Amino acid sequence: MTPIAITMMIIAIVTVWGGLALALLNLKRHPEDEGALPEEPAREL
Amino acid sequence: MSTSSPASPDTPVKRETFSSRRLFILSAIGSAVGLGNIWRFPYIAYDNGGGAFLIPYLVALLSAGIPLLFLDYAVGHKFRGSAPLAYRRLHRAAEPLGWWQVLVCFVIAAYYAVIIAWALMYTIFSFTEAWGDDAEGFFFGNFLAVAEAPGLGFEFVPSVFFPLLLIWAAVILIMVAGIRKGISRANAVLLPLLVVMFVLLVIQALFLPGAAEGLNAFFTPDWSALADPGVWAAAYGHIFFSLSVGYGIMVTYSSYLKRRTDLTGSGMVVAFSNSGFEILAGIGVFAALGFMAQAAGTGVNDVVTQGIGLAFVAFPTIVSQAPFGAVMGVLFFGSLVFAGITSLISVLEVIVAAVQDKLGWGRVKASLVVSILVAAVSLAFFPTSTGLYLLDTSDAFVNSFGITLGALVTVVVLAWFLRKLPLLSAHLNRISTVKMRGTWMVLVAAVVPLALIYMVANEFISKISTTYEGYPEWFVGVFGWGMSGALVLVALVLTFIPWSRRSKAHDDPEYDALVEEDAKEAAL
Repeated sequence: MTPIAITMMIIAIVTVWGGLALALLNLKRHPEDEGALPEEPAREL
Repeated sequence: MSTSSPASPDTPVKRETFSSRRLFILSAIGSAVGLGNIWRFPYIAYDNGGGAFLIPYLVALLSAGIPLLFLDYAVGHKFRGSAPLAYRRLHRAAEPLGWWQVLVCFVIAAYYAVIIAWALMYTIFSFTEAWGDDAEGFFFGNFLAVAEAPGLGFEFVPSVFFPLLLIWAAVILIMVAGIRKGISRANAVLLPLLVVMFVLLVIQALFLPGAAEGLNAFFTPDWSALADPGVWAAAYGHIFFSLSVGYGIMVTYSSYLKRRTDLTGSGMVVAFSNSGFEILAGIGVFAALGFMAQAAGTGVNDVVTQGIGLAFVAFPTIVSQAPFGAVMGVLFFGSLVFAGITSLISVLEVIVAAVQDKLGWGRVKASLVVSILVAAVSLAFFPTSTGLYLLDTSDAFVNSFGITLGALVTVVVLAWFLRKLPLLSAHLNRISTVKMRGTWMVLVAAVVPLALIYMVANEFISKISTTYEGYPEWFVGVFGWGMSGALVLVALVLTFIPWSRRSKAHDDPEYDALVEEDAKEAAL
């Protein structure tokens, strides 16, 4: 591969997958509100 | 499917919910990641500047895709209903928007299932390389038996009809089983499976000779593309279709979320997972195309293609030539099947939820009636010798004048006429971790409509200037323009059908309690 193609590939992977990693990290730091969890399961018929 | 006794008419059935945020996110990713990620994105990126496309793509994702995704989440979650009910609760006059989206989903589901059926057959064909050395002739001639001229025929093609029947049977089982036992479970199994299979496919493709040439073609930036408005329009267009926003899916799924859920935080994961999968698909597809070009002794630019041509002509050719081709074929077509099914069930759920809400029906009845009706239309019109023309036309028109125009009208009505963005923004920020406030409103009220106007105008001009694909005028008139217009008319008619007395629109103590809670919170 040419250097410019490799560079662009790395930038694409870092921005998009890095964005995903950040989004996951953010979610992990804010776990689901357990207080609201014990809910009656919905009827599934 | 459990068989507990149905609730008596007096005790309202509680709205179904995703049992966890994780399952909602998986299902939303399953919906967003579809055929388009695999067979559309790689070509669009290549055709619009290669590596340089990343810039308009990310700008479109952040400035339009994600804001629109949040808009859908806010509407569905705040008003806790299927698209028609949610929009009706937002404002009575907005109900037709919901029905329009439901009808768009009806059309999409009918033809989308057909492509999954083809992919299913090709998974099997991969073992024997049934297409021989003429993949194109095999697909259009032997397999689809495409008629020479477009029209409406009922000459059924059994090799498509029966797999399609099988796909519908599987999908109906998932739909009847409901949100927790059907949709959540299907996504919890199929999505990880899809990712594993696709990663294996990409690894295999990267080891093929010529793969590096393919990646060069895909990633080498053409910076001059950035000055071309067409490239920016392509980026916005692709983001809209890729994220499954603006036609009811995300409204419906988010209506099944528990009250205190981080909407925007979850949405960021969904949006970036969708894009992450696309990048992966671009790498895998272009590595394989690089190999194909090398084997044919031509340049990568001579073999690039998208859509049906990529999946059912180029890939079979690659499978025939590659070492361990059968493995590659099973991984590729199996991925298409799984990616397709998880998207198809989300499209169907939009219709099922709307019927449940409007008529006050239970899960089983609504999902059976809806799925069988869509399956019947799908089986009657598409597995025929003229089905490909119909599929092509309905796909092109429902994308332009169903999804895109519908999203434009919805956004303009919500932002400019009903002025509901402050209310929805407050709802998003109540619990969510990624807060957008003013920026979000500007993006939804200005950037999104501008991008959509440009796209709709472009589509309108190109489709009015020449008859689509040179098909007969009556054919495009009926199944293109006529179908698109009918969606709007039928949406209005459905709005005027009164809501059932048992419907949640009249009696929904759960929702009333939430409204009260919101009011209390606002007063504090």
